[in-house]
Amino acid sequence: MTRIKLNVDGVRYDDDVEPRTLLVQHLRDRIGKVGTVVGCDTSNCGACTVLLDGVSVKSCSVLAVQADGKAVTTIEGLAEPGGALHPVQRAFHERHALQCGYCTPGMIMASVSLLADNPDPTDAEIREGLEGNLCRCTGYQNIVRAVHDAAAAMADGGGAAPPQVPAQAAPEQREVAV
Amino acid sequence: MTITSQAPAAEVGAARKRKEDARLITGQTMWTENIVVPGMLHMAILRSPLGHARISRIDTAPALREPNVVAAFSGRDVADVQGSLPCAWPVTAELVMPAHPPLAVDEVCHTGEAVAVVVARDRASAVDALAAIEIDYEPLPVVLDLEAALADGADLVHTDQTTNKAYTWIFDSAQAGTGGAVDEAASGAEVVIRRRYRQQRLIPAFMEPRSVVVDATGDQVTVWSATQIPHVLRFLLAVGTGTPEHRVRVVAPDVGGGFGGKLQVTPEEMITYLASKRAGRPVKYTETRSDSLLSAHHGRDMIQDIELSARRDGTVLGLNVRLTANMGAYLGLVGPGVPILGAFMYNAIYKFPAYRFECTGVFTNTTFTDAYRGAGRPEATYAIERIMDELAVEVGLDPLEVRRRNWIGHEEFPFTTVAGLTYDSGNYEAATDRAKQLLGYDELRREQAARRASGDPVQLGIGVSTYTEMCGLAPSRVLGSLRYGAGGWESASIRVLPTGKIEVVTGSSPHGQGHETAWSQIVADQLGVAFEDVEVLHGDTRTAYKGMDTYGSRSLAVGGFALVNACKKVIDKAKPVAAHLLECDVSDVEFADGAFRVRGTPDGGRSLADCALAVFAAHDLPDGVEPTLDADDVYDPVNFSFPHGTHLCAVEVDTETGRVTIRAYVAVDDVGRVVNPMIVEGQVHGGVAQGVAQALFEEAVYDADGNLLTGTFVDYTPPSAADLPDIVSDRTETPAPDHPLGTKGVGEAGTIASTPAVVNAVVDALRPYGVDDVPMPCTPERVWQAIRNGGGQS
Ligand code: FES
Ligand code: FES
Repeated sequence: MTRIKLNVDGVRYDDDVEPRTLLVQHLRDRIGKVGTVVGCDTSNCGACTVLLDGVSVKSCSVLAVQADGKAVTTIEGLAEPGGALHPVQRAFHERHALQCGYCTPGMIMASVSLLADNPDPTDAEIREGLEGNLCRCTGYQNIVRAVHDAAAAMADGGGAAPPQVPAQAAPEQREVAV
Repeated sequence: MTITSQAPAAEVGAARKRKEDARLITGQTMWTENIVVPGMLHMAILRSPLGHARISRIDTAPALREPNVVAAFSGRDVADVQGSLPCAWPVTAELVMPAHPPLAVDEVCHTGEAVAVVVARDRASAVDALAAIEIDYEPLPVVLDLEAALADGADLVHTDQTTNKAYTWIFDSAQAGTGGAVDEAASGAEVVIRRRYRQQRLIPAFMEPRSVVVDATGDQVTVWSATQIPHVLRFLLAVGTGTPEHRVRVVAPDVGGGFGGKLQVTPEEMITYLASKRAGRPVKYTETRSDSLLSAHHGRDMIQDIELSARRDGTVLGLNVRLTANMGAYLGLVGPGVPILGAFMYNAIYKFPAYRFECTGVFTNTTFTDAYRGAGRPEATYAIERIMDELAVEVGLDPLEVRRRNWIGHEEFPFTTVAGLTYDSGNYEAATDRAKQLLGYDELRREQAARRASGDPVQLGIGVSTYTEMCGLAPSRVLGSLRYGAGGWESASIRVLPTGKIEVVTGSSPHGQGHETAWSQIVADQLGVAFEDVEVLHGDTRTAYKGMDTYGSRSLAVGGFALVNACKKVIDKAKPVAAHLLECDVSDVEFADGAFRVRGTPDGGRSLADCALAVFAAHDLPDGVEPTLDADDVYDPVNFSFPHGTHLCAVEVDTETGRVTIRAYVAVDDVGRVVNPMIVEGQVHGGVAQGVAQALFEEAVYDADGNLLTGTFVDYTPPSAADLPDIVSDRTETPAPDHPLGTKGVGEAGTIASTPAVVNAVVDALRPYGVDDVPMPCTPERVWQAIRNGGGQS
């Protein structure tokens, strides 16, 4: 066991971890950040993408011990503390850039990182920049549109009043009432 | 409340942003893998490394000595309780159905077949302890080739069977009385074209790996599963395990894609149930991607021998289809029926006077096959759209012209085809005209001619696919006549809460399709309530107890019908209440624009919420008025739904490298009236992407020993954003005449249409080189080989 300290979405967590523990396992199983998901075992799908000190990584290809002392941002920490969505989240909603949503946490985090590197990407740059993130549902076209929209919104300073996303409760929350 | 406001704007037809998104874009989603039940253990599965072998010895006891291990067992330990996994579609009376134990007992018949499990405190301990299980295999001959499997004296896929043939299923229009005899048609024909097409094996590759949690510790068995079919699973789990059905609860929480791949009652679900029973604790199993690619069912994998006869002027006379379909080692839930769903679609939109279809299902030592997006219909559409192009070349016509000469004219609907289906409506002319215009078809043909004339090393090809499909599965009577084990109805329930808010329960359990949004739109219009005031419940058999689930582009085509019916019943129940509130006779009440009013009195009126509160209090309801507005409906469709469209694809093929680049892709689909155009467009995009993937990228490959060579995302390569083009999508709108909303299905259309459009384009580019076929996927190597070899099948 090795002692590591992580800052995840603004909260400090100190844990003893086995050296073989992957960052994604640590995030999900120990810290409870289950918004970040696993889609493969060969680092090909990008579903597990998070920001490590601001840079996107596939959290299944990083050991938890390698993240010691670093700051992790997951999909759960992307919106502002008050709840205002990040422009990339908003654009994914507005552009219907998700269907089942399984790739979405990773796709959004990869897009955030892409826009940090290249605030005004072309279609081709977006497509190549997201090459490491697989989506089986959308055919990517609306994801490309969303990233463009987010780029424009971020160039405008993040956009004004964010539109409300109408929501249904998650299935599990509903179950409780039954 | 007195209604004074204007009629609300129609929700149906609006590109409403999805309700589902809020949780999905913030990481609040309830995937099965996120579910933690107190006391829950984790299971790992040991899988066969061999394609075919006898298990001569197996001992799980050593695993029990490993740390944190609570239980370990093999197929032998549960042989008398595990039963056989169900096949619900025995397509013929003589069907050969080998037993399909969830855990292999004496013989493994494909690599990846489950042989033993370990249940432990945590996943890592369970996985580690698998290595302690002792197992000896005696290898048996591996049967992989479809035609060799059918030969006399072939090695057997199952040593306890006498044949590798599962079934032969035949449709003949002469016998059915729906057309003539194909042999006669061919003998009198001026043109006869014979082709063999290969539908490569594909893997659905939904992004969320399958996951299941079973709590079988109490009287009630609760199953959470990443499944498309919670209702079917509940029924079959009850029947298969002997648990009374009312004690089985199945929940499909948020499900991360399916595409038919989660239309299955899986070995893993049954094994997890057995593990929970044996361990006396809740148990979770989540597969790795490698497990998923290896053992979740595969799709397609057929040899298609097609003979088309025609006149010199391009008029088709007969179509003879012989399929050899790979079942894999076992029969999946609907596996044998998948090619049969295609049987009615080979004749497509064309007026064939004679048609014969024969399919032989064959066992091989491979992962079993079953539904994958389109299930039988993409295969059919591929074959017919490919061979129509061959006909066009043979008779010297443009591919669109040869189609136009044969398709059903828009004024000819309803039209009963040679396969016996009655297409309800369509306008192939309109969709094709629009697609030509959007692509700039004539201009591209001119460019193609110029490139051919100049010997440009980068050639241009234009591919055509004028498809239709049958979806909205399905009329129960038709399913019965095809020997399917269940019905094809769908249910909807409306609960009107005292505050006027609405709960909608649908039996069609979604996994990315956006039911919560689309159903809210429909109900908002039908009941005159706000979109935001509707909550859609699904996927939990405790709340949504009745349903047939989501597949076959059926949710709106069938479930939407039930939904509208249920809404109408609510209005009917509310009318006497409204009459009471309005102090008028019930025959004078009319409901329009969200308000009950006295006929001829435009002002005033009462809302559904008023009626809901009145029945909640129920203080002074008239005699005989039941104090509820809730209503249910179960709808059994009378016919399939027949969306159609024209997809055009332009590719550039580098003849020096074989590289194919999609330059333009146009999809014009006619899915009838549309509830939410944004969602429809999304379905088309995703569908086209999967069809393009079959054409250019994906193939599941086994080596000669039956090892899956494409067992990870390194080798099985779903396309990334960089691999796919932007597509131009548009719609024509021919309403479904029998549906109250006029809608048709859309979930599979893109996949059905796109594969032949792309391959036709590749072949079209290479016609000057004598190429008339490139096997799928059309990788640079295969394209280059086709150019080198020249020629093709003819
Ligand atoms: S789970 Fe990390 S790349 Fe697939
Ligand atoms: S939205 Fe389903 S995988 Fe991307």
